[in-house]
Amino acid sequence: MATNEVIAARATQLLGDAIINTKEHRGEITFEIDASRVREVCESFRDNPSLQCEELIDLCGVDYSTYGQEDPSVPRPSKRFAVVYHLLSVSHNHRIRLKAFIGEDAPVIDSVVDVWASANWFEREAFDLFGIVFEGHPDLRRILTDYGFIGHPFRKDFPLIGNVEMRYDPEKGRVVYQPVTIDARTLVPRVIRGEGFGDRDS
Amino acid sequence: MTEIRNYTMNFGPQHPAAHGVLRLVMEMDGEVIERLDPHIGLLHRGTEKLAENKPFNQSIGYMDRLDYVSMMCNEHGYVRAIEKLLGIEPPERAQYIRVLFDEITRILNHLLWLGTHGLDLGAMTMFLYCFREREDLMDCYEAVSGARMHATYYRPGGVYRDLPNKMPQYEPTKIHGKKDVARMNESRQGSLLDFIWNFTERFPGCVDDYETLLTDNRIWKQRTVGIGVVTPERALQLGFTGVMVRGSGIEWDLRKKRPYAAYDRIDFDIPVGVTGDCYDRYLVRIEEMRQSNRIIRQCVRWLKQNPGLVMADNRKISPPSRGEMKGDMESLIHHFKLFTEGYCVPEGEAYAAVEAPKGEFGCYVISDGANKPYRLKIRAPGFVHLSSIHEMCRGHMLADVVAVIGTQDIVFGEIDR
Repeated sequence: MATNEVIAARATQLLGDAIINTKEHRGEITFEIDASRVREVCESFRDNPSLQCEELIDLCGVDYSTYGQEDPSVPRPSKRFAVVYHLLSVSHNHRIRLKAFIGEDAPVIDSVVDVWASANWFEREAFDLFGIVFEGHPDLRRILTDYGFIGHPFRKDFPLIGNVEMRYDPEKGRVVYQPVTIDARTLVPRVIRGEGFGDRDS
Repeated sequence: MTEIRNYTMNFGPQHPAAHGVLRLVMEMDGEVIERLDPHIGLLHRGTEKLAENKPFNQSIGYMDRLDYVSMMCNEHGYVRAIEKLLGIEPPERAQYIRVLFDEITRILNHLLWLGTHGLDLGAMTMFLYCFREREDLMDCYEAVSGARMHATYYRPGGVYRDLPNKMPQYEPTKIHGKKDVARMNESRQGSLLDFIWNFTERFPGCVDDYETLLTDNRIWKQRTVGIGVVTPERALQLGFTGVMVRGSGIEWDLRKKRPYAAYDRIDFDIPVGVTGDCYDRYLVRIEEMRQSNRIIRQCVRWLKQNPGLVMADNRKISPPSRGEMKGDMESLIHHFKLFTEGYCVPEGEAYAAVEAPKGEFGCYVISDGANKPYRLKIRAPGFVHLSSIHEMCRGHMLADVVAVIGTQDIVFGEIDR
């Protein structure tokens, strides 16, 4: 089991400027990578004998559009979307997280299905929920939402209660869609409290 | 001469062997599968989005409802991710209680799997036997949390409360007279730990019974040996974890490789398969039940000797006791704050994984410093396993699809989320 520093040194040496930033937090290592070179980076992480990440454990989209908006001092990423890859090396027993930021106007990134077969459904899921397009994916269809669903539900501007609801229409004799009839409500507001909030002496 | 061509057939979503709401569109050549296209999402509830709109503590109950046959393991994954972000560790006793209930959950899950897998492949008796043993374990859940299934027992910083000193008793009804009730209550006279100990004494014998019915059964072997073979290389490519990867002969278990909770202080073995077919995965799961039984016994022994705290003594994340609240203003404020606003988690991101009965269950939490997670991604093992169903079934007969669905041990609560 190599330490995170060793992994970071190896990866930077191998990939050079494809890695924009390296961060270690809570014992987990995150590489921020250049989104246009994601395939090349993933292939190196899989094939290099000292990194050897045989498994893609998880792939998910993130929408950063409202990140930290309750507190102006929280730094916000300049691009709206991110694709996060969690890699696992079974032979070396280490985990690596890759993060590629992509812009709002064209959320497109290369598919890694050829690198890891398990990316197939994960990419379909990220496409369905966030509208991120994976170029080179063999079968990029919606996966979790309904047939004919409109919108990308996990984007932060998509309301929690949704836009349409479904009911049975006895006159038409079939199920129909109509605009939602419930009101959105927030039981607990979102707040950001600084460190030491509520301590005895503050 | 008539023209022979492939035809497309629909399977599910209400087929009992689909283990939930799975719809398969199958392209078939006679009775042989050419192409399988699973349509999922019929149970999609948007758990991740719901969790992003609630304080951290209020989403623990959602985790039970993901994989609704291994409830506490899911809670463990989520709670561990929060603990990692907060930088806290639960007390040792809580760690042992978590291991104890993780393993009880593993047996619960494998029993349900064995029962339904048997039922799918024509072994009706298994279902009845397995559900008999499950009932006792459900009682453990109920004794500790008040709920038979959706316990919400694990909390960041420990567990909700300590193990109870006495078990609930049966009462006479029209069906069960006094004599029956006395027999049913026999194992419930002591504490919960005594009840579990009593179960672990009986359970290996029950597993032997299951094995006499199945392991050398000719029909069982004809239905499982050589079906759905996955090579170790493909298993890694397809992102398999848990029993699915161990059945293919790769010794990978998070409890050993990345020990969490108290697993590093406990002695157990990892069973590994050889050929990677349905029969090997069956053998691995059977052996896992025996190993879980061993782990439970070690935990019970430790827990009997070591009383102590089960919740971190940190008023920012754990509620004060009822007594404290009545007499102390500060405690009352803490209680009020905790149950309305919740607590703020420092900015950052964390991925925490546990070895759930079905494979690696992971939670990836991004926090921007607020009282709600900014993004929660649930990595469900079943989602990954089901995505490989086309590859595992291609070239097999229609009846083998049922065996493969069974061996993947899929549950739609976690796949659709």
